[in-house]
Amino acid sequence: MSNQNEKPAFSKKSSGVVLKDVTKIFQQPDTGKDFVAVNHIDLEIHDGEMVTLLGPSGCGKTTTLRMISGFEYPTSGNVLIGDRDVAKVPPNKRGISMVFQSYALFPHLNIWENIAYGLRVAKLPQEEIIRRTNDVVELMQLKGMEKRFPNQLSGGQQQRVALARAVVIEPSVLLFDEPLSNLDAKLRESMRDELRALQKRLGITSLYVTHDQSEAMAISDRVVIMKDGVICQQGSPTEIYEQPSSRFVANFIGKANFIDGTFRGRDGEAALVEVNGHTFSVPAPGKMEDVSEGGPCCLAVRPESILLSAEEGPLPGVVSRATYYGAKVEYEVMLGELPVIVEVYNPQLSERFAEGDRVHMTLIDRCVRVLA
Amino acid sequence: MANTAAAGGKSTARTKKLNETKMILRQPLLLVAVILTILLLLLFVIYPLVKILIFSLTDADGAFSLANLAEILTTSRYLAVFGRTMLLGVIVAVIATFIGYIFAYTITRTNVPCKKFLKTIATLPILSPPFILSLSIIFLFGKQGFITKTLLGITGNNVYGMGSLIVVQVMSFFPIAYLTLSGILSSIDASVEDAACNMGASRWHTFWTVTFPLSLPGIISGCLLVFIQSLEDFSNPATIGGEYSTLSIEVYQIITGSYDMQKGSVLALLLLLPAVTAYLFNKYWVSKKSFVTVTGKPTQARKLIDEGHIKWPLFAFCMVVAAVILLFYGTVIFGSFVRTWGYDYSLTLDQYRKALAYGWDSLKNSMVLGLISAVIGGLLGMIIAYITAKRNYYGKRFIEISSVLMFAVPGTVLGISYILAFNTKPLVLTGTAVILVIVFTFRNMPVAIESGTTTLLQIDNSIEEASTILGADTGYSFRRITLPMLRNAFFSGIVYAFTKSITAVSAVIFLVSARWNLVTSKIYSLFDQAKYSQAAAFVTMLVIILLVFIGLFNGIINLLLAPRSKVPQVKTQKTEGTK
Repeated sequence: MSNQNEKPAFSKKSSGVVLKDVTKIFQQPDTGKDFVAVNHIDLEIHDGEMVTLLGPSGCGKTTTLRMISGFEYPTSGNVLIGDRDVAKVPPNKRGISMVFQSYALFPHLNIWENIAYGLRVAKLPQEEIIRRTNDVVELMQLKGMEKRFPNQLSGGQQQRVALARAVVIEPSVLLFDEPLSNLDAKLRESMRDELRALQKRLGITSLYVTHDQSEAMAISDRVVIMKDGVICQQGSPTEIYEQPSSRFVANFIGKANFIDGTFRGRDGEAALVEVNGHTFSVPAPGKMEDVSEGGPCCLAVRPESILLSAEEGPLPGVVSRATYYGAKVEYEVMLGELPVIVEVYNPQLSERFAEGDRVHMTLIDRCVRVLA
Repeated sequence: MANTAAAGGKSTARTKKLNETKMILRQPLLLVAVILTILLLLLFVIYPLVKILIFSLTDADGAFSLANLAEILTTSRYLAVFGRTMLLGVIVAVIATFIGYIFAYTITRTNVPCKKFLKTIATLPILSPPFILSLSIIFLFGKQGFITKTLLGITGNNVYGMGSLIVVQVMSFFPIAYLTLSGILSSIDASVEDAACNMGASRWHTFWTVTFPLSLPGIISGCLLVFIQSLEDFSNPATIGGEYSTLSIEVYQIITGSYDMQKGSVLALLLLLPAVTAYLFNKYWVSKKSFVTVTGKPTQARKLIDEGHIKWPLFAFCMVVAAVILLFYGTVIFGSFVRTWGYDYSLTLDQYRKALAYGWDSLKNSMVLGLISAVIGGLLGMIIAYITAKRNYYGKRFIEISSVLMFAVPGTVLGISYILAFNTKPLVLTGTAVILVIVFTFRNMPVAIESGTTTLLQIDNSIEEASTILGADTGYSFRRITLPMLRNAFFSGIVYAFTKSITAVSAVIFLVSARWNLVTSKIYSLFDQAKYSQAAAFVTMLVIILLVFIGLFNGIINLLLAPRSKVPQVKTQKTEGTK
């Protein structure tokens, strides 16, 4: 399907984006105080890469996107698209395009004219407008709907039109502002895959803003996690999930248990951590920033990385809740005062426990990280 | 929390306003539009109203004096007129709202047949020209009345007076109550009523404990709107009020009869006060009390009432009202073709010939001036909507308020204030066509402003952003996105303004002149000469003109506005490789 020779007639115009020490300060409308929405961030999006900004609401991800789009100007810092500093260039002169959360289709124009809009603005020759629009109509599987109006389309179709309208102008950068949040769950997943396939095929540099972590994992080359206007961590979905650098990241992407302990030193690569009198040897503890020998630390363990057994294991506890989901059973096990979430997949193959049962937990030590 | 936010927000809101004001100062086209609008509103809205205020509160030497006011307030005749006007307004408001409620309830809640017909009947009188119902009540119940004289053999029946006035005003104005109430009733979430039913309440109990309380704001609103209409009404009291004189008639008689502008304007103030109070009360208080507007779309389709003992009585009531309305309209149309009403019912076109010979010029004037002012008002309305809807700057509130002020001012007051303002230097306009165009424009513009503003507020910011990011500058976005989306509002504003202009009576009756007469004032003088059949011919022509105009305009709108669903075709052959 994705044979390189079959690429449509898109000339490659995309380019990378660099944010250098960018800050955005708003005046809060209700108190009049300054509010730092984005705080001295550096970010680089490589040519053709799909990067996701992920974070809770108010973390500054949308503001960052809007500074790249040009709808906000940074208070300080540089925004580079390709080699050009566009920090003060208005949005319509940046040669980029954007897919909006509300789609923002023009209600009075039919689908074809919606898609052709950007080409008409650029005053391209009629022949070229027709050819390129028709190509994209075909690419986005919108054939036969050209004469309809936005309100005659389903949500998924509107989404396709919005995407078609954004890619037809061959932007150097494509921005996505939570484009799937108005779709229902099933459709969201299929649109997500479609969108990613298209982005890969066209090779457009893309920045995607979302608060949905599974969407971010599924769609990105690289995930950038933001909180309170700063970048907490960035990396491939695998790195983010397997090597979280903080409790916030570990908890934001997937679920995690944090079991407090004391750092007892190194054994080669492995870190020795004492919990409840038992010393764990963690073979790949991660970077362990801010952890000093003899000081407190914690073991970050994913729920699926804990094994339960009735007889043996280093951490004894009592099952306080057992929820059956079909593909898995989720237990809450009280380790003293600390509730620990344990997920057991393929429950038909393993021993099952009921509330009140005494169990022993074993950590799969290769999957454990040590955090401050 | 809201309090502290409001307190702290004041200064920021001010800075923001200041910034936006500065931004406007940098956009020359916008600045010119704002300044011109403010100047026009000052000159043609504020100045005349200030003038009438000053004029009625000063004595002959121009010094401040309440003598005129005191004289009016101590004259029992005027007090009686005031009382009669209010009494009529209240009675008409209550009855019209009652009928409007029954229509609205029947149409929104039951599955009676002929709903489309009932809806049409309930909105018809809004579009109908003035005098039509007065004419038909004279035709039916007057001295030569078809029912009174021809059928019942009563001679010399006096149809003029309070009773007829109530009937005619209720029929004219109940559609206003109906429209308000059907909006409210259909926006009440069906599940609320279902919930009451579910808990065992009977239909009757559900109605009184849920539906009625929820629609109360609509009832008050409907009453107030009808009350205002009744106060302002000139054509009905003037033609069939008889001895039952109301304020607007009194003002007219004082000014045209005894040329006492001073007394006339004081009386006009008495008319202005309750009308504006009711208008503001409705706009700012009742609309805030409304429960239903916040709930949004109904969650599910409403199950319509099908019980025979509920729906048939309601249906019968509506059909009786509809029959009366049709009878009244039919009578006038029939009357326009009759040789001599009451004696010789043979059919003829004589009345039309006479009417056209007598008033073709005024009919032409009405149409031309109405159209000119409708277009100007439509354009100005769109401009005002554009410069106020999404911006905030010093002077914006002034534009917002003053541009819709004329809507609330009774026509009689408007007419007098324009005479006072524009019959002396520096700006002498009385007796010209210009003053008529200006009155029409400013009086009928608010609807265009309102629909323009609503449209603009509905346009999501991201739609304009989408245009921008695709490369369009502000001008291009305005031309290709904002303007096309405003077209509907523009044309509906024009249709409304034209309809209102061509049927206006009270505002223009003071402003017409021998050279620039209008059809409505010609019809009014036919009443004085008791030439009712000629008047009927005129009114019928007006109905036809309005229908043709609205039909024509809808046609034009559909032709122009039907969004292009064409897709340009390319002649070049597609290469296989692009797939």
